Amino acid sequence: MSAAGQTHRLAAGGLIDRDNRLSFSFDGKSMDGFAGDTLASALVANGVKLVGRSFKYHRPRGILTAGSEEPNALVELRTGARREPNTRATTIELYDGLVSASQNRWPSLSFDFLSINQLASPIFVAGFYYKTFMWPSALWEKFYEPLIRRAAGLGRAADKSDPDHYEKAWAHCDVLIAGSGPTGLAAALAAGRAGARVILCEEDNRLGGRLLSDGGTIDGIDAAAWVAKAEAELRSMPEVRIMTHTTLTGAFDHGVHAALERVNDHVPVPPEHQPRQRVWRIVARRTVVAAGALERPIVFGGNDMPGVMLSSAVRTYINRYAATPAKRLALFTNNDDGWKTVEAALAAGVTVAGVVDARAEVSAEQRALAAKHGFAVLNGVVDHVEGGKAGVAKIVAALAGGARATLEADGLAVSGGWNPSVGLTSQHRGRPKWRDDIAAFVPDGAPPGMIAAGSANGEFSLAACLMEGHSSGAAAAGDLGFSKSAGNTPVSDEDAAYSLKPVWTVNSKHKAFVDFQNDVTASDIALAAREGFQSVEHLKRYTTLGMATDQGKNSNVQGLAIMAELTGRSIPETGTTIYRPPYVPIAIGALAGHHRDENFHSTRLTPSHHWAAERGAVFVDTGLWKRAQWYPIKREKDWLVSVTREVKAVRSGVGFCDVSTLGKIDVHGPDAGTFLDRVYINTFSNLAVGKARYGIMLREDGIVYDDGTTSRLAEDHYFLTTTTAKAGQVMQHLEFCRQVLFPELDVQLTSVSDQWAQFSIAGPKTRDLLRDIVDPSEDLSNEGFPFMGAREVMLRGGVKARLFRISFSGEMAFEISVPTRFGDALVRNLMIAGEKYGVTPYGTEALGVMRIEKGHVAGPELNGTTTAADLGLGKMMSTKKDFIGRSMAGREALVADDRQVVVGIKPVDKARRLRSGAHIIPKGATPGPETDDGYVTSVCFSPFMDQWIGLGLVKHGRERHGEIAMAHDPVRREDYEVELCNPVFYDPEGGRQRG
Amino acid sequence: MRIACPFCGPRENGEFSYLGDAKPKRPAPDAGQDAFYDYVYLRDNVAGEMEELWYHGGGCRSWLKVRRNTVTHEIFSVEPVAGAGAQKVAS
Repeated sequence: MSAAGQTHRLAAGGLIDRDNRLSFSFDGKSMDGFAGDTLASALVANGVKLVGRSFKYHRPRGILTAGSEEPNALVELRTGARREPNTRATTIELYDGLVSASQNRWPSLSFDFLSINQLASPIFVAGFYYKTFMWPSALWEKFYEPLIRRAAGLGRAADKSDPDHYEKAWAHCDVLIAGSGPTGLAAALAAGRAGARVILCEEDNRLGGRLLSDGGTIDGIDAAAWVAKAEAELRSMPEVRIMTHTTLTGAFDHGVHAALERVNDHVPVPPEHQPRQRVWRIVARRTVVAAGALERPIVFGGNDMPGVMLSSAVRTYINRYAATPAKRLALFTNNDDGWKTVEAALAAGVTVAGVVDARAEVSAEQRALAAKHGFAVLNGVVDHVEGGKAGVAKIVAALAGGARATLEADGLAVSGGWNPSVGLTSQHRGRPKWRDDIAAFVPDGAPPGMIAAGSANGEFSLAACLMEGHSSGAAAAGDLGFSKSAGNTPVSDEDAAYSLKPVWTVNSKHKAFVDFQNDVTASDIALAAREGFQSVEHLKRYTTLGMATDQGKNSNVQGLAIMAELTGRSIPETGTTIYRPPYVPIAIGALAGHHRDENFHSTRLTPSHHWAAERGAVFVDTGLWKRAQWYPIKREKDWLVSVTREVKAVRSGVGFCDVSTLGKIDVHGPDAGTFLDRVYINTFSNLAVGKARYGIMLREDGIVYDDGTTSRLAEDHYFLTTTTAKAGQVMQHLEFCRQVLFPELDVQLTSVSDQWAQFSIAGPKTRDLLRDIVDPSEDLSNEGFPFMGAREVMLRGGVKARLFRISFSGEMAFEISVPTRFGDALVRNLMIAGEKYGVTPYGTEALGVMRIEKGHVAGPELNGTTTAADLGLGKMMSTKKDFIGRSMAGREALVADDRQVVVGIKPVDKARRLRSGAHIIPKGATPGPETDDGYVTSVCFSPFMDQWIGLGLVKHGRERHGEIAMAHDPVRREDYEVELCNPVFYDPEGGRQRG
Repeated sequence: MRIACPFCGPRENGEFSYLGDAKPKRPAPDAGQDAFYDYVYLRDNVAGEMEELWYHGGGCRSWLKVRRNTVTHEIFSVEPVAGAGAQKVAS
């Protein structure tokens, strides 16, 4: 269709660019609009009234508002991977080629099969889920839930991964202003002139707020010209930042705010390297909420019919978009503001069918206007409207005297008065207070540093908005010590009092909606009142009032008012509702930002990573680290083949493994030894310089916390290692001990985990390999560098390294540390120098195999429930000194003799695979909690034993070496005999590692 | 939430870890199991002003004593603990 389709486009006016025609589609039908339109205004211009079906009853719905609070006009936007459900047509900026579709209807919007739900509406009342789908519970999964899901749908999410980017960003300012209507602009001007750093957030794509729809005169010039002038002045101030397309959605502690910037929702595909949306966290010292007010509907029969629209929205479509929602418009109002819509309609050449005004008296000017244009002014209320899915046709009024009157019209503007936007100010439980003169809740208390001004504060006249905006902006800047002049207050003579007679609901026989989005009717509230759900919190949860994505912006106050009337209380007595963030819905993708897929968390790479990747290593995620798990070589199809080869190569020759992931901490100071004595169960102050020692730390509750080796490099310098998993936590724990528990000790801690590349070199040929790496002057003989020795050495080529003669594998082994930048070179040199010894890199699996063969405990045994004694390390606990956990480790249950302790386990059938998690029960016993003696913690295939072996935690384990017990594995449905044994399978005398 | 670290300035709470009440003091080594039991496990559930321990792990690694209202989250003071250079800040 061409412009001919724009049957409701006005001939002139509006902030649209008529030279820039855009085509779009809605439900497959092509239409035209103009640049500057929203999807909603373009639909209005094309005469489209029916845009969606309601959530529960599938009632035909039209556009109700012109803002982000829209409850009805929710559409699916875009197609394919970019399809986005439940977007509000009122906030979607039109672009050429925009594709949109209505939701929650089948087979079509016009003929929706499930609109029969309306006939069944007596059973779909409040609480119908609880009452109807009670039993049998088996039907929930198969029947009720699919039924409800199909019937009560919103849009469909895209079934492909979102191809767009989302970002998170921080901003800081002195004065943050939410909203750029007259109040916000005045506040920004005042604060900016005073010298404050200002951020002005505007949800819309341009500044002006209601001025864009209502016009007016400010400082003697037209509102549009004033907005342009104000914007130019703001843009000239370097410390003022204007953020359009940005909704302030949340206020958090200490001036932290969240905002959603829709960076590229107004184009079909974001430009390269640009995000679709950006979530801002804005830290502000002061905040001025100039978020305006929202007009509220009135609850009457058929108030949800297409063609019934909020009066202010009608004005917006006519004045801002030059699109009229009706050719023949009627108005139902209870206040003067509604009359502005009549004036706007008349000015645009739209016929006015009549005004139903709930107030007994209207002004002389209003009467004159009616007389001049020949329309009726009826004193009463609208009882109901007649029409259908094509829209309103007739308005039936109940007059004050009791008579009825009918107006023929294809549109009804409704004004029930205005609710200040208390969304942001009430987020910290600042309960809004009731103001009788405007029959609305206004902010009462706000997060520290935040104030509401203008309409958001219940001051609706243009003059008052400008004044409050200016004074609050100036005060915010002044509070912070900005002393330059805030300039003159913008003035307007539009300061008429807001005359309103509250009308919330009309006792109509017809279905009358309170919450459009969740299909909550006036009779649902009456039902809730009858059934005792009279408190606001109960009312909300029982009826779902206010629980849709509009968060009750269009409905809460009416719902409260109806409940107040039914229970004979005032509205403030009945209660109020406060709001939680976010003010508008935010896509999960925007909250995630770049943290998705491979960027879900950061990745740490070991110093040998690139070299290992070149060799085709298989990596495993260990916390944030990627560690080489094994290094497959050609024709090795099975991980077990590779791992077994690596273990055998180490045990018979030499291999190396990157252990840089261990936490490393330098401990310096005269009291370093004393400090370590207090944090480890064993003693370090008597460790000789040049020696290393294995240590165990407990938590203060007596359970093992971490283990590792600590070396003494100098009298006042220890080098401590932690497990990979606990590196960060141990650092925090040690800092706690140093700073909080033992501040009297002269000791300093430095995390050096990232500073050192560390490799374990193990196997009988280790010394041969090292001699080719280390400077010939270094004595590596057993005498010159005995087991548990630790010292600095010089490498060939002049790099200083640290060498530790420690062994996790049970072999003759060293760990070598070089500054991280030399890690890659070291590993490549080890390969070259080691070629003649058959040097074999090994991964974490082979590391694990060898530690199990050697009976060393690791993560599965240090599992947060075991004591040092459980691990067979009880003798390490010093009795001569205090240490963290000493007292609590002595508790009765922690020293009981039936605790599960570490034991070796091997299947009696040597061909059988042992599995972690299998329970150990006495042979012949019936499996059950009372016969459960423990479980298998770690398993591996041991090339040395030529069978699967494992470690376990078993009651009385140390006294049961040699016993045949049962492994009971109900998960894998296995039961088999195992022998309990010494956990040290390999070289129990330790000769190999000392040799 | 933001905490004004005495060494690093105001920072967002993602940089900090929370430990809890700063009141419990580690008993003397010979104080006995009951005293340690209290120290390890027993905590007041304060609704209101409370002195807490926070760790600035994402910054200077200082342990801080933060006086905070647990209901309103208002922060009244932030000080380093004794071993975190308290004297340096005081002087």
